[in-house]
Amino acid sequence: MKLKRLTRIINPQSVALVGVLFINWLLFPGFFDITWQDGRFFGSLIDVLNRGVPVAILAIGMSAVIATKGVDLSVGAVMAISGAVAATLVVDGHPAYIAVIAALLTGVICGVWNGILVAFLEIQPIVATLVLMVAGRGIAQLITEGTIVTFSDPVLIFIGTGSFAGFPMPVIIAAVLLLIAVFAVRSSAIGLFIEAVGVNRAAASLAGIRSELLIVAVYGFSGFCAAISGLIVAGDIKGADANNAGLWLELDAILAVVIGGTSLLGGRFSIAMSVLGAIIIQAMNTGILVSGFPPEFNLVVKAGVIILIFTMQSPLATRIIESRRTTRTLSGKKP
Amino acid sequence: MDAGETSAFVLEARGVTKIFGQNRALDAVNFGLLPGEVHALLGENGAGKSTLIKILTGAYRPDAGEVILDGKPVTFSDPLQAQSHGIGTVYQEVNLLPNRSVAENLYLGHQPTFMGFVRRSQIEKNARTLLARYGLDIDVQAELGTYSVAVQQIVAIARAVELSGKVLVLDEPTASLDKHEVDKLFEVIAGLRARGMAIVFITHFLDQVFAISDRVTILRNGRLIGTEPLSGVSRTDVVRMMLGKDITFAPAVTGIEEQETGPAMVEFSSCGKAGKVRPFSLKVHRGEVVGVAGLLGSGRTEMARIMFGADQMDTGEIRIDSKLVELKSPVHAIARGFGFCPEDRKVEGILGDLSVRENIIIALQGKLGWFRALNRDEQMEIAGKFAEDLDIRAASLDLPIKLLSGGNQQKVILARWLATDPSFLILDEPTRGIDVGAHAEIVRTINRLREDGLALLVISSELDEIVAYSSRIVVMRDREMVAELRGDNVNPSVIVQAIAAQPEGEPA
Repeated sequence: MKLKRLTRIINPQSVALVGVLFINWLLFPGFFDITWQDGRFFGSLIDVLNRGVPVAILAIGMSAVIATKGVDLSVGAVMAISGAVAATLVVDGHPAYIAVIAALLTGVICGVWNGILVAFLEIQPIVATLVLMVAGRGIAQLITEGTIVTFSDPVLIFIGTGSFAGFPMPVIIAAVLLLIAVFAVRSSAIGLFIEAVGVNRAAASLAGIRSELLIVAVYGFSGFCAAISGLIVAGDIKGADANNAGLWLELDAILAVVIGGTSLLGGRFSIAMSVLGAIIIQAMNTGILVSGFPPEFNLVVKAGVIILIFTMQSPLATRIIESRRTTRTLSGKKP
Repeated sequence: MDAGETSAFVLEARGVTKIFGQNRALDAVNFGLLPGEVHALLGENGAGKSTLIKILTGAYRPDAGEVILDGKPVTFSDPLQAQSHGIGTVYQEVNLLPNRSVAENLYLGHQPTFMGFVRRSQIEKNARTLLARYGLDIDVQAELGTYSVAVQQIVAIARAVELSGKVLVLDEPTASLDKHEVDKLFEVIAGLRARGMAIVFITHFLDQVFAISDRVTILRNGRLIGTEPLSGVSRTDVVRMMLGKDITFAPAVTGIEEQETGPAMVEFSSCGKAGKVRPFSLKVHRGEVVGVAGLLGSGRTEMARIMFGADQMDTGEIRIDSKLVELKSPVHAIARGFGFCPEDRKVEGILGDLSVRENIIIALQGKLGWFRALNRDEQMEIAGKFAEDLDIRAASLDLPIKLLSGGNQQKVILARWLATDPSFLILDEPTRGIDVGAHAEIVRTINRLREDGLALLVISSELDEIVAYSSRIVVMRDREMVAELRGDNVNPSVIVQAIAAQPEGEPA
């Protein structure tokens, strides 16, 4: 039992994270230093978490989408739309809570739109969400009228830069969202239905699962997550940048999910592991920044680590590890 | 065994043993193949058939014993080497290239060349002559994938015979063929037998064993049970040898009490869908099995899908206990106590990567909805109960269902519906492509459910079988319900006549 729990913790992802953190420490000995200042924690580790939040939140929604054998390319653009909606509303004098609700609602509508294209019109997810990936940035620019809308609303800024219980606000938001998502998926039957639809949609529908409704809900949730990320990013820079907010983050989110071990072919998924994937990606980014390497290294190093993780997850590696394990148990059992 | 008899064998396994881990897949098995015979190899799933075949064709090496070809011990390093020694294999799923032409498939890897260039015209000419010998006159330039599975099988056989020529192993070649295609294939096999080929024939269909084979070898749990000439054994003997116990299919219940006095549990009136199935009317009562007979493509599956709400009818109405209902989707049908085991288990039935447990509870959970989740213990209890009831053999209920044998998968799908406590079950080919033990279990379950008062509709190509458990049989032909047989009319030959009868006005 103990061994089982141990093997569950020791997986390629956690090994990779520890490896990345260790290398960061070698390159930058102060990496694990954490200080308490002005009522909050500071340090590289906190920075990894804080900077990793936008992708981590996207990855929460993306996990469910990918588990249904789909993909959501529009999340980066939806971030830009959500930031634009919130910024424009507060600049127009609306209270912050209206701006936040409107931004989140916009995200859900964007996601539901994707879901309808996928579930009812049966357009391939990669194509269906590509529509909004391209059009979404245009929509965001229309909302901001082509400028970067800056704001000074304290609530929106708090979402992006504030702190709670010593931790940056984005980290708290991500942690709460993660807990709610994991609880909702695993304490209800939604997780099972998502996996069933991802494994075999025809069979799942014949078994009485409303797969269309489920798919719309999952894409809607992904849009909701993207809207939260958009609010955080906008709050962080105190403005909505329709061109650059969330740019390419959809790819990082997909990567985080895949690193977390969810197959792009759908089926089994783990939201927590996807978030771990996002943290691994950010740990690499931060490590390269703090160690003083030029940021160009980032992409190449990222590719290297990703190849390493995928190799460890590959069927070949699994077979080798399994066979070693069985020979060990067999030889151990011999009198 | 005396020397004279031994030398007659073209291919022989002597005392072959194969061990996987703790498990003896084959235990000192003897098997001899004569030239010019069709030799059926039978056994339940896991009996050791495929292991024996893999040893004979060089995919595995035996841990003990030897393989003797033409009187000389041989050791093949791989199937390719076995092929060059005259042993060819054709698998159930045709292992050819569907996107290349028939001719290319026949000569792939040994094309006649001229100065390093493939002589396409030569290949095509050879291909035509070759296939003509199999009674196949097709366009050899067309992609193989455009032809039916039967034609692809024959092409695969032609290729295997061409390459090897002494021994041909057919591993479940008829599993995905319909009746006519099987006949066609049997002509080809008979032709090869006449030419002196030694043929190993593996199948689940006993009818086919008796139709074409000369001798039969039966394995059970990795042991040789016996090799007999088929002229000397009965079907019951064969089944008994395979299962190691007496097993009787329920005899034809010709005198079954007609249950039509009470109100129908479900009544379909003039239900039809353009291009799929002509309007049909049918009542099914509680405690009754209605059998559906008909060839592939006769509209029987289309009918089942309409009944289950998976396809929408454009005419007609459905009544449950005399109340008019509308079935807009399977969800609605399931809510009213319907269940449906689809014909294509792999594509529409199983959730391959999910566990046996999840596959069993999925329909019940679907009925309960998103938020009333069964917890793990409840799931385990339900799955465990039905796994025991239906004798589902899985090392663990947490195993992915795709790792189970076809028969066990079918039982899981059946368990999925039984867990929802249904009142009307539609079973589309519930016994296709599964081993004899699972087959018997499913037939037993159908009888038990009928006695429990369920209404059942069972579609099957196995006429003996539906005759045995149905009180009425409807016959489908050309997307139309053409006959409803009951009472003394219900016997296989009458059904065959109804299926085969030509519609009026068309030449016979």
